[in-house]
Amino acid sequence: MRDARNEPPRDVRGGPSRDRLNEPPRDGPSEPLRDGPSEPPRDVPDVREPVAADDAELRSPAGDGGLMEVVHHRYLLKLLLRRELKARYKGSLLGLGWSYVRPAVNFAVFYFVVGVFMGMDKVIKDFPIYLFSGLVLVTLFTETLQAATRSVLHNAPLVRKVYLPRELFPSASLLVSLVHFVPALAILVVGALGYGWRPTPLGLAGAVVGLLIVILLALGLGLLCAAATVFFHDVEQVVDIVMITVSWTVPMVYPWIHVRDHAPHWVLQVWQLNPLVSAVELFHRAFWAPLSDGRVPEPPALTARTASALGCALMFFFIGEAVFARLQKRFAQEM
Amino acid sequence: MTSLAEGKRPPAGPPAVVVDGVSKRFTLRHARSIKDITVRLARRQALSESFDALHDVSLTVTRGETVALMGLNGSGKSTLLKLISGVMSPDVGSVRVRGRVAGLLDVGAGLHPELTGRENVFLNGAILGMGEAEIKRKFDTIVEFSGVERFLDTEVKFYSSGMFMRLAFSIAAHTEPDIFLIDEVLAVGDPPFREKCIRRIRELRDEGRTMLIVAHDIPMLVQLCHRGVMLRHGHKVYDGDVADAGSLWQADKKAERGAR
Repeated sequence: MRDARNEPPRDVRGGPSRDRLNEPPRDGPSEPLRDGPSEPPRDVPDVREPVAADDAELRSPAGDGGLMEVVHHRYLLKLLLRRELKARYKGSLLGLGWSYVRPAVNFAVFYFVVGVFMGMDKVIKDFPIYLFSGLVLVTLFTETLQAATRSVLHNAPLVRKVYLPRELFPSASLLVSLVHFVPALAILVVGALGYGWRPTPLGLAGAVVGLLIVILLALGLGLLCAAATVFFHDVEQVVDIVMITVSWTVPMVYPWIHVRDHAPHWVLQVWQLNPLVSAVELFHRAFWAPLSDGRVPEPPALTARTASALGCALMFFFIGEAVFARLQKRFAQEM
Repeated sequence: MTSLAEGKRPPAGPPAVVVDGVSKRFTLRHARSIKDITVRLARRQALSESFDALHDVSLTVTRGETVALMGLNGSGKSTLLKLISGVMSPDVGSVRVRGRVAGLLDVGAGLHPELTGRENVFLNGAILGMGEAEIKRKFDTIVEFSGVERFLDTEVKFYSSGMFMRLAFSIAAHTEPDIFLIDEVLAVGDPPFREKCIRRIRELRDEGRTMLIVAHDIPMLVQLCHRGVMLRHGHKVYDGDVADAGSLWQADKKAERGAR
């Protein structure tokens, strides 16, 4: 009875059915199984007392959780990453090329609708660069968070059967998104150079920090949501819906001065608390500001905002890691 | 099958697995959605019930020992193996092990249908705890044992179920962990392959690996194991001679059949 509940439904391909495995052995004659008189078995407690509580080599079979274990399983992480990439584009003609199509379509829609039709092109100089430098970060964030949220539940057969550091799955999701991010970043750099952009050391350092903020935030929230999804599948839906709003809540298709000019002051204050806003502004400063004509000034106190955004991202990262490490002990029985 | 009297002497050594006063309770949720919860509340039905899969079980396995876990379905054998493998944590008590644990708990859980046999050997090997160099070293042995050489570069979704299980077993059987957990997998494949599996398990045992085996093939267990542990409704009721444990199991089985 218990078995039936605890075992997952077999895959179509799954070999012998559970029924056959659970079948009793053929009814042989019920002779003594071995030579010698087999005295009636007694109900005895374990004669061998648990020994050596202080034996240092004896350890818990499950790890303590935490991302450090992922570092120890680098090779497996690499294989999981490869599996994700291979399985996702399996059987498609374009293969990994699809990872370019999605941001390209996204870019085209935003560029023509917001840039051309709605005239943002005239408000923001070199709008394509402004747009794309925000878009690469937003895509990295939403892709990571969405994939990480599903990662544990979608690996249920493994989680239920083999002990692995479960942090591996959200980590692999992050790596997949980074694999998509790198070529997008290259395109951004080439495009910016084409518009006459020249890098500045401060700008590039800021971009690194901006990237770090997005990675920490996405992984932290990803761990949190992945763990929560195991208990409440609704979380997956919530994350998908919230991700729709991300493109519009960061200054990707509009400049920050529009929030200042068209919304009450407190809205600007709240809006700037979002660490993603600071990350996107850092990318603008790195890749777009050198091209700017000054009509859209740098947002005030960007350095202080950056520090608080980084602090916030770190906080989410540590909370996510701690919550995941705690809840992962119950994953196998909840799935 | 040959008599294995020479292998039956339980080795003396340090403990490899120490299960100390372990209990595990599962909660069965009948309703998850708001709609189901409302319906069940309106009908005054319970939303969930819990039951004890394991109750205060203690067990010490010496290094190099082969132990058979017996019991009817639902007696807690698989739960015990999952606790020892680390997949689940006990509610009460502690489980400690010495060295690397790997299990044949449902072979094939780590195989990915979209990857080829070759890729799966590496992926599943790593999942079961092997490093890159170790897998490379054992690759040929694993492939030869499984007998799927010709289809190594085909995606495993095209494998027959027999081939699939053979590959999965072969990877698992070559991981060489310190503690090997085997759950119900010996019904794998055709009789010749099954014989091969049992030979491999015997080999591992004779190398001095610690093993815990769950199976319903009692005569086989009696031949393979040093010791038998019998579980009944989550309680350990017997721990000792494997043949006696086997007789107990058969008595339980008969009682169950009689009750039907």
